[in-house]
Amino acid sequence: MQMPFKLSLSAHDIACERGGRTLFQGLRFALEPGQALLVSGPNGAGKTSLLRQIAGLLPLAEGRIATKGADPDTPIAELSHYVGHLNAAKTALSVRENLAFWADYLEGGDGGLDQALAAFGLKPLADLPAGLLSAGQKRKLALSRLFAAPRPLWLLDEPSVSLDAASVKKLDDAIRHHLKAGGIAIVSSHVPLKTKFAHELTLGLERAA
Amino acid sequence: MSAALALLKRDVMLAWREGGAIGTALGFYLVVVAIMPFGLGPDLNLLARVAPGMLWVALLLAALLSADRIFHNDYEDGTLDVLAAGPLPLPVVAAIKSLAHWLTTGVPLALMAPMLGLLLNLPLDSIPLLVLAMLAGTPAVSFVAAIGASLTLGLRRSGLLLALLVLPLYVPVLIFGVATASAAIVGPASPWPPFLMLYGLSLASIVLAPIAAAAALRTALR
Repeated sequence: MQMPFKLSLSAHDIACERGGRTLFQGLRFALEPGQALLVSGPNGAGKTSLLRQIAGLLPLAEGRIATKGADPDTPIAELSHYVGHLNAAKTALSVRENLAFWADYLEGGDGGLDQALAAFGLKPLADLPAGLLSAGQKRKLALSRLFAAPRPLWLLDEPSVSLDAASVKKLDDAIRHHLKAGGIAIVSSHVPLKTKFAHELTLGLERAA
Repeated sequence: MSAALALLKRDVMLAWREGGAIGTALGFYLVVVAIMPFGLGPDLNLLARVAPGMLWVALLLAALLSADRIFHNDYEDGTLDVLAAGPLPLPVVAAIKSLAHWLTTGVPLALMAPMLGLLLNLPLDSIPLLVLAMLAGTPAVSFVAAIGASLTLGLRRSGLLLALLVLPLYVPVLIFGVATASAAIVGPASPWPPFLMLYGLSLASIVLAPIAAAAALRTALR
């Protein structure tokens, strides 16, 4: 994490449509390097959809997302880590093999694997098949991917689900460290985190009212 | 390049570790071909004549058995989201995963064919050409299967739909594959024209199928 990131991200009037229903529209925010955005809202308000839109997995119904400080030809998907509800862990591979694959595939370089193993204390479990891990340990494995390759934008969808208190603190520290290095984090979470969020976004207000 | 190699290595390793894939295809191939002579009777000349066709049909069905594995597991556990965020364009991801399927299904099936050919009284001197044709034709099988696998992602019990989508596309492979081996057994025509057609089919699917599969993957990711 020596390389300081200098990516800024802005969304201009984006809208999301799922199954013919408009989840949100006219959404805008701007994030400078080192800033974080907390996305909240009731279930079904579109938090996951928003994160998937930013990650480039879901098309925007309207508007655009712009970046500054990165090669304009690089899609946002390649600048970001998206950790969603699914852990993307292969049960037949060991913890080390899972992380080594991500470090190689995401081009994290030589240090990627060691950093990822150290980040959430998975080293003692490194040779265990991922299928034997508990739900919380699998979650940690998914989050360790953030360290397998340095990327400026972290998109975390309910990252603290099934984590114990100590691991939530580690996650908190990791996000803060990432922000200090100039990274951006967009987090949807129901659990209060100590990280200072520069912006907050509440989805689904009009329907809740 | 290292990302591509990492993906190929992982897919081959997974197919090997999870066992089911290679074992099921080879087991199915063995069972189908082994019971064939009981159904056809002990006429050795007849068996020799139908052997290439039987071996090819059984091979296609065996390869289809494991076709939904190409993308299904990665889709279920969220890996596909991360693969899409990697440095490789989606068509390249689809091509590498198809290549891994070929290495773990097409190649073992083709190499097993001579042994099964003995059960069907396949003339020994036609075996090299049969294996060569199968090695040249099975890339088309795997790459076209990837189109079906990506189109049926997210569906329950997708096996039948996948077979309905893909089997018609296998007809040319079957025709030219059998024609190559039959020409060697029955003669007098040269086996090379159908072999080159078969090879061409494979090359065309290697280039075109990943593009179609990637388009279907994009929709599945939404």
